[in-house]
Amino acid sequence: MPEYETHEYDVVVVGAGGAGLRAAIEASAEGARTALVCKSLLGKAHTVMAEGGIAAALGNIYAEDNWQVHFRDTMRGGKMMNNWRMAQLHAQEAPERVYELERWGALFDRTEDGRISQRPFGGHRFDRLAHVGDRTGLEMIRTLQQHAVHKGIDVFMECTISRLLKDGDRIAGALGYWREKGELVLFKAKAVVLATGGIGKAFKVNSNSWEYTGDGHSLAYWAGADLIDMEFVQFHPTGMVWPPSVMGILVTEGVRGDGGTLRNSQGDRFMFNYIPEFFKAETADTEAEADAWFGDKVNNRRTPDLLPRDEVARAINSEIKAGRGSPHGGVFLDIATRQPPEYIRRRLPGMYHQFKRLADVDITTEPMEIGPTMHYMMGGVRVDPETGAATVPGLFAAGECAGGLHGANRLGGNSLSDLLVFGQRAGKGAADYAKGLAATPAVDQSQADVCANEMLGHFERAGGENPYDVQRDLQETMHSLVGIIRTGTELEQALQRIAGLKERAAGAGVEGNRQYNPGWHLAMDLRSMLTVSEAITKAARERTESRGGHTRDDYPSTSDELSKVNIVVRQGPDGTPQVTREPLPEIPGELRKIVEETPASV
Amino acid sequence: MSDVLMRVFRGDAEGGDFVDYVVDSAEGDVVLDVIHRIQAAQANDLAVRWNCKAGRCGSCSAEVNGRPALMCMTRMNTFEPGSAITVAPIKTFPLIKDLVTDVSFNYEVAKRIPAFNPRPPDADGRYRIQQMDIDRGQEFRKCIECFLCQDVCHVIRDHPENKPDFVGPRFFVRLAELEMHPLDTADRTELMRYDAGIAYCNITKCCTEVCPEDIHITDNAIIPLKERVADQFYDPVRWVLSRFRGR
Repeated sequence: MPEYETHEYDVVVVGAGGAGLRAAIEASAEGARTALVCKSLLGKAHTVMAEGGIAAALGNIYAEDNWQVHFRDTMRGGKMMNNWRMAQLHAQEAPERVYELERWGALFDRTEDGRISQRPFGGHRFDRLAHVGDRTGLEMIRTLQQHAVHKGIDVFMECTISRLLKDGDRIAGALGYWREKGELVLFKAKAVVLATGGIGKAFKVNSNSWEYTGDGHSLAYWAGADLIDMEFVQFHPTGMVWPPSVMGILVTEGVRGDGGTLRNSQGDRFMFNYIPEFFKAETADTEAEADAWFGDKVNNRRTPDLLPRDEVARAINSEIKAGRGSPHGGVFLDIATRQPPEYIRRRLPGMYHQFKRLADVDITTEPMEIGPTMHYMMGGVRVDPETGAATVPGLFAAGECAGGLHGANRLGGNSLSDLLVFGQRAGKGAADYAKGLAATPAVDQSQADVCANEMLGHFERAGGENPYDVQRDLQETMHSLVGIIRTGTELEQALQRIAGLKERAAGAGVEGNRQYNPGWHLAMDLRSMLTVSEAITKAARERTESRGGHTRDDYPSTSDELSKVNIVVRQGPDGTPQVTREPLPEIPGELRKIVEETPASV
Repeated sequence: MSDVLMRVFRGDAEGGDFVDYVVDSAEGDVVLDVIHRIQAAQANDLAVRWNCKAGRCGSCSAEVNGRPALMCMTRMNTFEPGSAITVAPIKTFPLIKDLVTDVSFNYEVAKRIPAFNPRPPDADGRYRIQQMDIDRGQEFRKCIECFLCQDVCHVIRDHPENKPDFVGPRFFVRLAELEMHPLDTADRTELMRYDAGIAYCNITKCCTEVCPEDIHITDNAIIPLKERVADQFYDPVRWVLSRFRGR
């Protein structure tokens, strides 16, 4: 019989990035006994890597900006697949969440008159991102962390949650393990908030940290919750491509926001050749207008270098395939000829440092070589926009592991604001739910035992399959068959390979003991990586059209019929993923007008 | 690809020793790449912390050839070709396993630093702050909490018994950040003098040298804080005045 260290809370928050921290702060402020459980040390979550900024219509640079314009940009950037209510709440509440961070100690870069400065970013009509140089995520996570430390929240660092436990239909707790000693932990809880981030470690070239193994997506799925939009995977256009050891590391969109431009091997600004019909009316078609836009956004249209990420990533991919790429298989991103060295070092200190140290490139004198890198998961747990509640009672989700806000493609800067807005909402939602519960749900320990035995079983297979080999093969599969451009045949091949990888993962063996054993941790993480990989592939097979972060070579255009549905993945009675098409919530007429109108001044 | 000899510490609180691994290294590799390659092919249970692999999270601190550094920002081509490269855990904190140490000391200290306490906002509920007033504070907020400054600080590296009385360079940076925050109103000088033990620091600048974020820890954080403490407690004019005021 496995042994457990047991704890009891009203609310257990899983994940301590921006969404998890904000949720825990809110749940605790609402009077809930709150635990914050995270795989890494506090303050190391992937939020720390966010560079560009937090999108919020503060109107500090352009008074013309407001929540309606932000809402419009978000919906159009998401190719209208967004949950309209989430997009509305997000645009309306982001400014207050930013000011709240300032009240908690964040020091944002300032305007001349002392207000929070805002920078331009892809798909945003006005300068909208509150930022701190190119280290906004660090500022955000440190502010939240330092605020939370004094709020009496119990933090379980380096503790991984492996399974959610249920009492009938309700959430009753969670099973996890301490990474340090390998001991099992059982949380009894009225409510669980998932804030585990993304899934990037299932792909070969990605910008994500080791933690991004799709835990929240999988925990929710195994507990019976719905996943939506899993086919929409964002490839960020600008990841480093050379040297091999840094392939995929992010180069902030802020480079283009600050004037940087994409060029091919012939020196052409090729983005002018890739302006889609959908964005023609609001995109500059000459270099002169594009350059003038940086100084005057009211009377000029946006440079195509700052089209939404899906458009730019596909364009780069096409240039490389057409033989106009850079020596190491990317394209060029040039800021050196566009801004003086002093400006570059002040605005983009992290990028300057990163290229100098890791690639021997001085970005103030030379162009960068960049290419698409898997960056963000638009899809996730289907939630109620107001409370973050999943379809399983007692389960909540926020941030990257929740789906809906970003639709088919996320705009840069909308992630940090998402974490704050919906972290707060899910924290409150969970606390309110816990308060309303008459009795604490009962934990059936046999549910935990089944999972615990599976986890410990890896030690009985010393000499079994090496979990690192399985992960490498999975990454290769997802990269080559479920990547930026997809076809039906390749998706079928991917599903066959995933089935084989599942068997290999189940037979993965572990050497050594339970104390801080990364091989064992990976063997357990493989389960969730494979679960999300299968969900992505099946959803991608179902969406027979191209839209946002999902491009099908065999179905290159958009389909009217599919524009009205989410692809939903849930676990069927036989334990396999069931894929259905379900209608998108219908957008009210007033809001539809905001999205469809072309503003007079662009 | 060429072979390199890595001498990696393996062990736990009970003891341990360096183990040799011969491993491939490719152009552009950093130490963390090579450690990962060992982990994937030769020692699945080799314990190491990391997250971002881009110098932004401060997780992969270690002592490489005796020098405290982030493994993700230490290029392999900075070492003499053909020589063995040693990788050891940071020394100032208790060993958990291999390259992973127990840094909970830092999280306990963080709880003892009194929280940010802002002045009321302007009439419209917002704050106006000039960029020049936050430049100083922003330098301190670059800290990625890699704890390399804590690792090299003699006060606690050579004398662990000082840990209860000395918060270490990381938290002088945190205190400086709060003290120089244009909105903060709390006074932490007494804490700096007593609980934080700022007098233990004899400004050898080892912390500044290892900071991967190039924060001028000694010059910009510690010395100004020492001056504030001196002003408050040792200024003779203030001392005389305090006699008259009876406090």
